[in-house]
Amino acid sequence: MTLTDIRPTVRRRIARLSSYTIALIIVVILAFIGDWPRMGRQFFNFEIMKKIFPSIVTIALRNTLIYTVIAFVIGTFFAIILALMKMSKGPAHWFAVGFIELFRGLPALLTIFGCAYMIPIAFNFHWPSIGGSQGVAAGLTGLILVTSAYNAEVIRSGIEAVPKGQREASRSLGMSHIETTVYVILPQGVRIVIPPLTNEFVMLLKDSALLFIAGATVKTRELTTFGRDGMTSNMNATPFVCAAILYLLVTIPLTYLVGRLEKKMAVKK
Amino acid sequence: MSPANPKLHERDTPDPSAPPIQVIGLHKHFGTNHVLKGIDLTVNKGEVVCVIGPSGSGKSTLLRSVNLLEWPTGGKVYIEGIDVQDPDVNLDYVRTRIGMVFQQFNLFPHMTALRNTTIAQEKVLGRSRAEAEQCGRDMLERVGLEDKIYAHPSQLSGGQQQRVAIARALAMNPDMMLFDEPTSALDPELVGEVLQVMRDLAQSGMTMMVVTHEMGFAREVGSRLIFMDDGVIVEEGLPRDVLANPQHPRTQAFLSKVL
Repeated sequence: MTLTDIRPTVRRRIARLSSYTIALIIVVILAFIGDWPRMGRQFFNFEIMKKIFPSIVTIALRNTLIYTVIAFVIGTFFAIILALMKMSKGPAHWFAVGFIELFRGLPALLTIFGCAYMIPIAFNFHWPSIGGSQGVAAGLTGLILVTSAYNAEVIRSGIEAVPKGQREASRSLGMSHIETTVYVILPQGVRIVIPPLTNEFVMLLKDSALLFIAGATVKTRELTTFGRDGMTSNMNATPFVCAAILYLLVTIPLTYLVGRLEKKMAVKK
Repeated sequence: MSPANPKLHERDTPDPSAPPIQVIGLHKHFGTNHVLKGIDLTVNKGEVVCVIGPSGSGKSTLLRSVNLLEWPTGGKVYIEGIDVQDPDVNLDYVRTRIGMVFQQFNLFPHMTALRNTTIAQEKVLGRSRAEAEQCGRDMLERVGLEDKIYAHPSQLSGGQQQRVAIARALAMNPDMMLFDEPTSALDPELVGEVLQVMRDLAQSGMTMMVVTHEMGFAREVGSRLIFMDDGVIVEEGLPRDVLANPQHPRTQAFLSKVL
């Protein structure tokens, strides 16, 4: 019996089992070589956990989620416009191409840094203060620029995945270019695009960590800034570890959801 | 759409005495590929014109040029006396009067059968939801799908989908219908139900232009048969004459292969 004779479901189960086994072996090795008392003090210090809870959840995680959702919603709105511009002809196309290439090509950290420090210097301009900090508006603007560029490409590919006959059928019924786009093309494109967009949301959630460079007040800190501040003020990595766990608590279920959505879409086709 | 529609102008009003479709000296190039080489064709009111020919002969391109899904590179297309290439003409309004049925059905998959028939009525003709649904139901009943109005296209067979597509086109009250190989994507046992709907439609007096490989349908229903090859109309006449007694050698060669 060769490998291909095994049923796919069984094969998947074997693959999963072997990866679990490897992970377990690595954990056991780490457990033997690690300095546990020291790691416990430095990474899982209960006293420090008591200090940072609940504000790590009520302020930091909450801010991370709020910033991500705001940047995602506004960024996706602009992304739809950019995608339509890129698929048009003329100057709008070239503007969209330039915008998308610029902000996909730059590291997100640089974009946020540019929004926070370079734009104010260059244009003698002050970001509106939110929660006592200009860093929020600047950082969010940077995130929106980055997300809109990434999502524009995702949305464009989704729209282009809608069969050409759909537009022809709609136009032959007398619907205009805009009516066709709004009622026929976009609703189908959105369906195609939901799994990859959820993926982009997870990426954005992680990128929101870069907001630390824009600066924040106690009330406007997101998870990474909170963890870093907690680490320096306590000389202990526990706040960072807690932040990491909170990130995973959000991102892993979302990633799982993407997998489910993709499977569902595959069945529908 | 009433004549009071502010988007419409005198020039958008169809001339009832003009032929529904008139094509003069039509050329179409795709890059260096010369697909239509000067087509002259008039389809009169109530006529059922069937277009046959080998694949690549330009018959689908001709049909798609009639409602400007393909923009001609030369020649003129008049729909009910209106020059549709005139940039001042409201092309969307012209298209509401030309129903089109595609080989691949092209139903909107995110809508029910009923919604497929009502969306353009509401958005283009400005009918109310209730009016549009009444008309949509009537049309779906006409194609024998009154029990499928809330089904999505994915829940329907190919033949049912094509009948919904016909109902969708009819719901716009078109003056003429274009069929682009409507049964070519169907399983053989589903072809009959679609042809039956088209036969009923022809009997009701609808002006039709049908690109097809169904010679039986052309013979029985068609009032004129056109044989196209290599971008030109090679032969035309009464279907039974052309099918039984083709004059041109290319027509003879084609028919000897398909009949």
